[in-house]
Amino acid sequence: MIIEVNEQVGHFGQFGGRFVPEALIGALNELEDAHNAAQKDPLFLAELTELHRTYTGRPSIITEAKRFAEYAGGARILLKREDLNHTGSHKINNVLGQALLAKRMGKKRIIAETGAGQHGVAAATAAALMGLECVVYMGEEDTRRQALNVARMKLLGAEVFPVTSGSRTLKDAINEAMRDWVTNVDTTHYMLGTVAGPHPFPTMVRDFHKIIGEESREQVLGLCGRLPDAVLACIGGGSNAIGIFHAFIPDEAVRLIGFEAGGDGLETGRHAATITGGSPGVLHGTRSYVLQDENGQTIESHSISAGLDYPGVGPEHAYLHTLGRAEYRAINDDAAMNAFALFCKTEGIIPAIETAHALAGAIIVGNELGSDALLLINLSGRGDKDVQTAASYFGIPL
Amino acid sequence: MSTALDDLFVKVRSENRAALIAYIPAGFPSKKACARAIAVLADAGVDAIEIGFPYSDPIMDGPTIQEAAEIAIKAGTNAADVLTALQTASDAGVAAVVMTYWNPVEKYGVDEFAKAIAAHGGSGVITPDLTIEESEHWLAATLTHAINPIYVVAPSTSDARLAQVAARTGGFVYAASVMGVTGARTTVSGDAAALVSRVRAVTSLPVCVGLGVSTREQAKSVAAYADGVIVGSAFIKILLTNEGEEIAMNALSLLAKELAAGVREGR
Repeated sequence: MIIEVNEQVGHFGQFGGRFVPEALIGALNELEDAHNAAQKDPLFLAELTELHRTYTGRPSIITEAKRFAEYAGGARILLKREDLNHTGSHKINNVLGQALLAKRMGKKRIIAETGAGQHGVAAATAAALMGLECVVYMGEEDTRRQALNVARMKLLGAEVFPVTSGSRTLKDAINEAMRDWVTNVDTTHYMLGTVAGPHPFPTMVRDFHKIIGEESREQVLGLCGRLPDAVLACIGGGSNAIGIFHAFIPDEAVRLIGFEAGGDGLETGRHAATITGGSPGVLHGTRSYVLQDENGQTIESHSISAGLDYPGVGPEHAYLHTLGRAEYRAINDDAAMNAFALFCKTEGIIPAIETAHALAGAIIVGNELGSDALLLINLSGRGDKDVQTAASYFGIPL
Repeated sequence: MSTALDDLFVKVRSENRAALIAYIPAGFPSKKACARAIAVLADAGVDAIEIGFPYSDPIMDGPTIQEAAEIAIKAGTNAADVLTALQTASDAGVAAVVMTYWNPVEKYGVDEFAKAIAAHGGSGVITPDLTIEESEHWLAATLTHAINPIYVVAPSTSDARLAQVAARTGGFVYAASVMGVTGARTTVSGDAAALVSRVRAVTSLPVCVGLGVSTREQAKSVAAYADGVIVGSAFIKILLTNEGEEIAMNALSLLAKELAAGVREGR
């Protein structure tokens, strides 16, 4: 059986769609048309492929994590090394695609939101590369947690706008970026960083990231002569997860498992586990799972990882969850940090704290499936940006 | 069956003037002061009141309404308070509607929300982030409970789409005069008149203009071509000042009277 994900344009079952001011409909239609045309245009695809080869560093390699695997029930663990991409995470896949689209649409100004700063840095990088003006909205709280990435964005020529409304994190940065877009839509492209938001963003951003799964499916087949038993990824908005899941959706025997940020624990209410701890609702232009109270007000999320600290999730994940095609579990801060430390010492790789949630998940799943299992993990980002947070967590003086 | 809002536009058209429509979030500046502000606005000559449903992620709103919404949410304002404020406005003798982002409606229950609006004397609901593509369930509910589904259109809305939106609208078409968020502006965009005339080309429904009106002169100039003038941030700014409730209510009344005069001077 092949699951048909797009039942109608912009919808994933009951999820997705567009819940936006009428002022944005024209721009969303323009973007949808530009994306659809580009996906069929060999010149566009060739330009993007060449950029990925000569600038991003694609295809990203596969590394086997042999020592870490000893702690994961002895399962064979393969890492898709998106952390080795230029700018240090999978985010570059999406921004290069969107920057090329912005140029095609004649938009000279890029706005972006960022949580951990990974997408902001990637957006600033793409803007610098293509000569576009770039403004990044970032929650004031996050500018403190991720000061290094703020400096990186500034070095790359972007203007960083600290957002002081609401919880001062990613969700409020998105609100502020939407307000900017409503006001400046004629000249500005909103380079949304994840597979959420109004149609066409969830589809378009997934199209730019699905290369992760396409490459790794071939690589794993070549290396092992078979498909993995499970594909694992961390989930905030869900872009790295949908990127690696998508090529495997038709492979029914392959389990797809997403690990959400459990924060202090689901039972405390202080978490960012939208699917495991939330309910269906509308946020930031799309219907999906949302952390919300009984009045439909968004509940502030909590996670040690700024990149997962978001009370929404991409609508395609909500749909895969409803279908039972993908599984979603929560990993608490402490479990993620334990996996982070273990992974540093066993593999010589400092992962992003976001990614550490998937690594903690691998320890659990590996022990469940045992030593015959083959696990593929999306190593979505590197942890240089998290050194300060990790040092503080582990009591290492700086 | 016509709503109080439908009747209002029949009346103002017969008087050859525009209607004055005020916006105030429920629970702002407090639940009690909100009720008082509604009475003050109605007494001062406001024709209709939009009760805002304070929402945590108001992407259409500028700093003034964001601040008001935050105050109201912190005070624990919920759907019941929104409906109470709606009843207060309706009891004060003005046409009363709710303006809300979509998620609170979906959480309340789409059909239940339409029913509750009607039960509290409401004429309709303005839904700024509900697109017509996502409206099927909502339109059925508004029909069942005989309330007006009010949509917002923008200068960037194409003529073809204006016709599609207007065909689903009841009460009036809300014309957002500028590309941008809510907030008082020194000038009302020239886009407004052009947008109103484009809307008139596709519907006979009343067309009201919002986003940016704060003075009698602006109200007068908008009233020349629109069926209604919507004022929100200018009233809220007055209520946000810390000079005490008496002073704020007097200032609110004064501005409402000025604007009510303005909407009668436009033609």
